[in-house]
Amino acid sequence: MRFGLDGDRVAFRDAARDLLARRCGPEVVRAAWSGPPDPRPWQGLTEMGVLSLMAPESSGGLGLDETFLAPVIEEAGWAGLPQPLTATALVAAPLGVADAMVATDLGGPLVPGAGYAEAFLMETGGGLRLYRRDEVDVEPVDTVDRARHCGRVRPTGPGAAVTADPAAAARAFDRGALGTAAELVGLARRMLDLAVGHVTERRQFGRPVGSFQAVKHQLAEARLQIHFAAPAVTYAAYALANRLEDASPSVSTAKWLAGRAAAVCGRAALQCHGAIGYTVEADLHLFLKRSWALTRTWGDGDHHADRVASALGL
Amino acid sequence: MDLTWSDEQRAFRAELRDWLEPNLAEWRQQIGGSEFSGDTRQGVAQQLAWERRLYAAGWSAVWWPRRYGGRDGTLWDWLIFEEEYWRAGAPQRVTQNGIQILAPALFELGTPAQRDAVLPRMAAAADLWCQGWSEPGAGSDLAAVASRARAVDGGWVLDGQKTWTTRGAFCTHLFGLFRSDPDSQRHRGLTYLLVPLDLDGITVRGFGRLDGDEGFAEVFFDGAFLPDDAVGGGVVLGEPGRGWDAVIATAGAERGLLRSPGRYQATASALIELAAAAGADRQSRRRAAEAWMKAEAFRLRTLETVTVLDEGGAVGAEASLAKLWWSELDIELHELALDLLGPEAELEGPWSKGHQFALAGPIYAGTNEIQRNIVAERVLGLPR
Repeated sequence: MRFGLDGDRVAFRDAARDLLARRCGPEVVRAAWSGPPDPRPWQGLTEMGVLSLMAPESSGGLGLDETFLAPVIEEAGWAGLPQPLTATALVAAPLGVADAMVATDLGGPLVPGAGYAEAFLMETGGGLRLYRRDEVDVEPVDTVDRARHCGRVRPTGPGAAVTADPAAAARAFDRGALGTAAELVGLARRMLDLAVGHVTERRQFGRPVGSFQAVKHQLAEARLQIHFAAPAVTYAAYALANRLEDASPSVSTAKWLAGRAAAVCGRAALQCHGAIGYTVEADLHLFLKRSWALTRTWGDGDHHADRVASALGL
Repeated sequence: MDLTWSDEQRAFRAELRDWLEPNLAEWRQQIGGSEFSGDTRQGVAQQLAWERRLYAAGWSAVWWPRRYGGRDGTLWDWLIFEEEYWRAGAPQRVTQNGIQILAPALFELGTPAQRDAVLPRMAAAADLWCQGWSEPGAGSDLAAVASRARAVDGGWVLDGQKTWTTRGAFCTHLFGLFRSDPDSQRHRGLTYLLVPLDLDGITVRGFGRLDGDEGFAEVFFDGAFLPDDAVGGGVVLGEPGRGWDAVIATAGAERGLLRSPGRYQATASALIELAAAAGADRQSRRRAAEAWMKAEAFRLRTLETVTVLDEGGAVGAEASLAKLWWSELDIELHELALDLLGPEAELEGPWSKGHQFALAGPIYAGTNEIQRNIVAERVLGLPR
């Protein structure tokens, strides 16, 4: 019995964290608001093997599992990486879709990364098909988090069958929900980090605002939510990787807890930043707006609570 | 990450499960009729019979060394024990304050002679220990303790008052914090003493908690003489004047760094059953699932904590996060059950009783406001 990441997974995650720290600072996230995202973080992740980590060895991948990838995706969440890492590495790669940046509508009708993705994994009649960029019609939409470059996607060409098995499609959805939960935990951590930094520096009434109990208690509550959401993500990755019986409800538990953690951290961080945070000049909004989108895609909180209820026989 | 139990652990679980069911049935037959709360005189008498049954079979503290009445078990065994214990519907432990709060302090700071004298009798429920920390003027502000211990030839003279002492009216011994240096301030000059409650000059008055049970007591010390040998190995735990260190060293144990997830899983399961039986509407089913998920999160976090401890790591202020979570969770589980029961909720019964008990959670072992301060300052590093 041992609950926690082993040395290999920690080392892989830390390498991704270092890479993202170097190549995906807030200025990169901000720049993605007004143009296609800087390709360098994505290239780095490709070189590290992150994108093909879960692809079968037969398609040139590493054949590793969710327990390696989820911690890396959490770091991408922390960094606010604009590109669709969950869709590409966690949803599509295990289905043998490799060597392309993939956008998908499995998480919702507004497809993130639709503006620049190379391939589209689309739900069709219970199965999944893959379309090239020239086989779809993309209608760009304005979203609150502009860095997501969402669009409504309609296939116009034949595409290629990926799977006709509804169970495989359901597992793909679960992997997407897991990745989104991991990103949300990362975003929650980032927003709390920003808030802690701010309230330590910012002085009012002659002292740091972080010394006031009303501020402390909000941020302690935020930390509490992260503390109990993170292990649920770890467990869901393990349950999916080992095809445990409770894999689906464990993903739902992770997504629900992570969404809640991000919501609590986001509100607390915004409030504790005061008017300084209520601007597009402070970095907080980059992560806050991402968290709003992710909380309600790949199944919102009620969707996942209902899935757990039905798994419990309710 | 490996979430499979070893053959030994599975065998341990099976042995316990096989023991619990018939023994609970026998015990219930033995006490006849109603099972009273462990916070009443009748309930304590009933549960002493249960505790002695547990002890005779070696189950009272499985993670302790065998020489003290344990099974040389690991923290994993403790976790398994707790899961099975609460799943079986066994009663709350009247020995718990000794086993969960005093024993860790004895393991950390006690002498071998003290451990030999105190632990086996604690495991056997021959002695029942209560915690003497809070005073009328020292609740959240524990360092304001004013009860005095004056060193005299051959022992100590105690004066002052403790209060909100859980099961104080039924316990034989108290472990308490006393000001031994009259000129000291705050955290300094406090001594952690082990005190038999039958000394001359000690008066115990039980009083009703929120649920009316006599689960609280005031303990008055009026020049009570505590001989050095009133407890084998001596009555001072750690060094005289350094009682605060002992409190801090084991605060995590009380806050439930290692509070059993099994307890909340059992309550969550009962809630799910209640919701299913009550034919709850969609919104209530959803709320039940949400509460269940929080219990699951507590279980998973505890697995991670046990892993860290098992591998020789330390977890400090995180105990405060655990305490915030389980105390809020316990209330949520019970409030939802009361909502499902609707107008029947006011009946005296396990849910209304459990609800009133749960409401104590955010208050005892350091209020949740104190815990949030600890999280903010020691986990997040915010300025004091």
